[in-house]
Amino acid sequence: MEVVMAFVVGGLYAAAIYMMLRRSIVKLVIGLVLLSNAANLLIFTVAGMTSGAPPLIAPGDTVPEGVSADPLAQAVVLTAIVIGFGVLAFAVVLIHRAYEVVQADDMDQMKDTDR
Amino acid sequence: MLYAILSTFLLAAAAPAVHRLTGRASGWVLGLLPAALFVYFLSFLPAVSSGESIVLAWPWLPGLDIQLSFLVDGLSLLFALLISGIGFFIVTYAGRYLEGDRDLGRFYVIILAFMGSMLGLVLADNLVAMFVFWELTSITSYLLIGYNHENADARKYALQGLFVTVGGGLALLAGIIMLAMAGGSWELSEILNNGDVVREHALYLPLLLLILIGAFTKSAQVPFHFWLPRAMAAPTPVSAYLHSATMVKAGVYLLARLNPSLGGTDIWFTTLALFGAVTMFTGVFLAFRSTGVKKVLAYSTVMALGTLTMLIGIGTETALLAAMAFLLAHSLYKGALFMVAGILDHEAGAKDFLQTGGLRSALPVTAAFAILAALSLGGVIPLFGFVAKELMLEAVLDAPSLGGILALLAVLTAILGVAVAAIVGIRPWFGPKVDTPKTPHHDAPVAMLAGPAVLASLGLIFGLGPGLADEGLINAAAASVQGAPVDGYLALWHGINWPLAISAFSLVAGGVLYWRWEQARRALAWVDRAAEYGPEKGYFKMMDGLVALSEWQTRVLQNGYLRYYVIVIVAMTAGLVGVTAQLFDVGVGGLDWAALKIHEVAILAILVASMLFAVLTRSRLGAVAALGSLGFTVALVYVLYSAADVGITQVLVETLTVILLVLVLFRLPGFLNLSSTALRVRDAGIALVMGGMITLLILSTLDARLFPSISQYFIDESVPSGYGRNIVNVVLVDFRALDTLGEIFVLALAAIGVYAMLRFRAEDRR
Repeated sequence: MEVVMAFVVGGLYAAAIYMMLRRSIVKLVIGLVLLSNAANLLIFTVAGMTSGAPPLIAPGDTVPEGVSADPLAQAVVLTAIVIGFGVLAFAVVLIHRAYEVVQADDMDQMKDTDR
Repeated sequence: MLYAILSTFLLAAAAPAVHRLTGRASGWVLGLLPAALFVYFLSFLPAVSSGESIVLAWPWLPGLDIQLSFLVDGLSLLFALLISGIGFFIVTYAGRYLEGDRDLGRFYVIILAFMGSMLGLVLADNLVAMFVFWELTSITSYLLIGYNHENADARKYALQGLFVTVGGGLALLAGIIMLAMAGGSWELSEILNNGDVVREHALYLPLLLLILIGAFTKSAQVPFHFWLPRAMAAPTPVSAYLHSATMVKAGVYLLARLNPSLGGTDIWFTTLALFGAVTMFTGVFLAFRSTGVKKVLAYSTVMALGTLTMLIGIGTETALLAAMAFLLAHSLYKGALFMVAGILDHEAGAKDFLQTGGLRSALPVTAAFAILAALSLGGVIPLFGFVAKELMLEAVLDAPSLGGILALLAVLTAILGVAVAAIVGIRPWFGPKVDTPKTPHHDAPVAMLAGPAVLASLGLIFGLGPGLADEGLINAAAASVQGAPVDGYLALWHGINWPLAISAFSLVAGGVLYWRWEQARRALAWVDRAAEYGPEKGYFKMMDGLVALSEWQTRVLQNGYLRYYVIVIVAMTAGLVGVTAQLFDVGVGGLDWAALKIHEVAILAILVASMLFAVLTRSRLGAVAALGSLGFTVALVYVLYSAADVGITQVLVETLTVILLVLVLFRLPGFLNLSSTALRVRDAGIALVMGGMITLLILSTLDARLFPSISQYFIDESVPSGYGRNIVNVVLVDFRALDTLGEIFVLALAAIGVYAMLRFRAEDRR
């Protein structure tokens, strides 16, 4: 599965960067969403993907039975998802506000509005 | 020792408060510290003059084997006494000279910090500590030169001094590191005993050149001499201090200090002797044709620095003895003369020798000590300057090679030196009375006269009894420069010999030159035009070039187009990762396709399809829906691979994201086709390179486990330490609780930002 995921994550990065290179600011936002998903999956994948062994401890035990998935990578990704949402929400509202003020969504036009 | 140096910095911090408390007497109160330090350093004198050298060390960065160590021997003690002794007069003098200046408190801070840095520099035994103090003197002197910061020239020339000395400092740093490698130690006291090893080392030539650049820039040797007269933008007490005992002598100190380790080779002799001699002549020549009071003195300092460098380069016993005697003589008369220059400015408002004349009746005490100091500058018997000059001429005449050219420059310098001394010692005081900008009503106050009086008198005392200076310290100082005891001695009368003849001749010739000063200056007017092509021109050209370069790179890199920033970042990342992978021969293990299950294929197919649709669609709603589909598929991947909590979070966040995007994006215009096909192909190429790089990265790390993961710690400690059975949750709220707290802050800030932006819009509409 990791091998296929390597290609999928690579594809997500490519898609994200392609969208970020567009002039429309809405496409930039789409690129951001793709990029945060790509980065989360990257961390998740390189930590090793283990199926059917959540990092939970049964009552009475002190360690999980057998091999369990990497809890640290999961915690990191969980944090990253939430932060990513915060950034996205802020960016989207900022863009909307900028559009209201300068009446442009083409970043090349936005760049020159303060001249 | 450590506390002695720290005390200057501590007092510097407290100086503004002391100044407010003590008011007019602040100069005297703050002067107590340099005076106390002077006495403290004097206590080392008996041991040092009997030839001992004392090393005192404190651990500093024990892990890096760096200790804060101090070396007290003849050379460093001579400097320390000059710095603290003259420092006392400077602080008291400044208290009166700058009286009423609203920034006087700030002035005390900087001058005391500068004094501490200078003491640290000359006393440090550890090369790293020495370099730190070296740079501190550059920075504090920058603040001192730019003290009148409302004056554009002061700012400009403070910056010039900073650039030249810090540029040299950079070269010095590299040189010092090589010196430590070659000498096998960071301690000067050990390197100095390892001279032969250093001189034979393969790094000897590069390290010598780098250290010389550092020393030459600091000590204003040709072609770096231009910054020193420009530093006259500083208040006069600063000039007096920088020129007499400190800053510019730091380079000379470095050369003298390293002489036992680096000196004695042909290149050392040739470079130092030639640069020193040329600097010496350039300095005195430019001094002779200047008329500004401080400018004449500044150029004569350049002469003195050149003389010292030349003498250290010649390196014979007589030369080193002469260097130390000349150093002391120069510090005494130059400190006195600069303070006199300050009095001329303060009492008579005169900044130029042409504005002065016949002032001896108005300023009798000042005049007396000024003349005494000027006699020492001119090398007239029986002052200490004469003793030093005789020895200097003797050393030059006995130089092992280059004798002719050094002797010629030395004789010319002696003649012009006498003329310069006459300008300083005769012009303002004798002759017809000239109307100065301010009419002096009384002589200078005691605080301003104390310095010139004591320093000029010492010049006379040491001249009449050279043994006093010699046995006290000069001999020990010359011994530490030579690295071996010195047999020579200082004397006022050497009998009738060549140096005496040259002295006598230079007195007459210099006198004639002073008599014909006006005509000589007119005849030399061409120098001004030639100076426009001098090294300072090069400095300004370089600065312009620097500005042009930064304008160009700002235009190119900071062009305001987001996509070019992204391209640069992506290209750099892909390039660096690619090169590193090549260098370390990172390979990709065998690809294992077999283990795929049918539901995995289905999920990934949906993921890729959503992604492609989001990129390719022209419909905003379609793109948002595709993003939603992609997000939920990713959640499915998390759930399938044992990350239930992450999956739940992803579902919640994805739902919110879709709602947010639908609400906001529909207030924006629809997609337009803004780019040409060629641009799209280029961007797709860049994107694919980066994506491919990420794929390779993941594949190459799959089998690589360079060290055990720290996850096992969390798994083992979850129940015993964290009292939780869901390990991910325990990590989030217990082991890495601060991360989570930070995350909450980020979300709160984002929420406040969003709220503020929406609210301001509402107010705009009202």
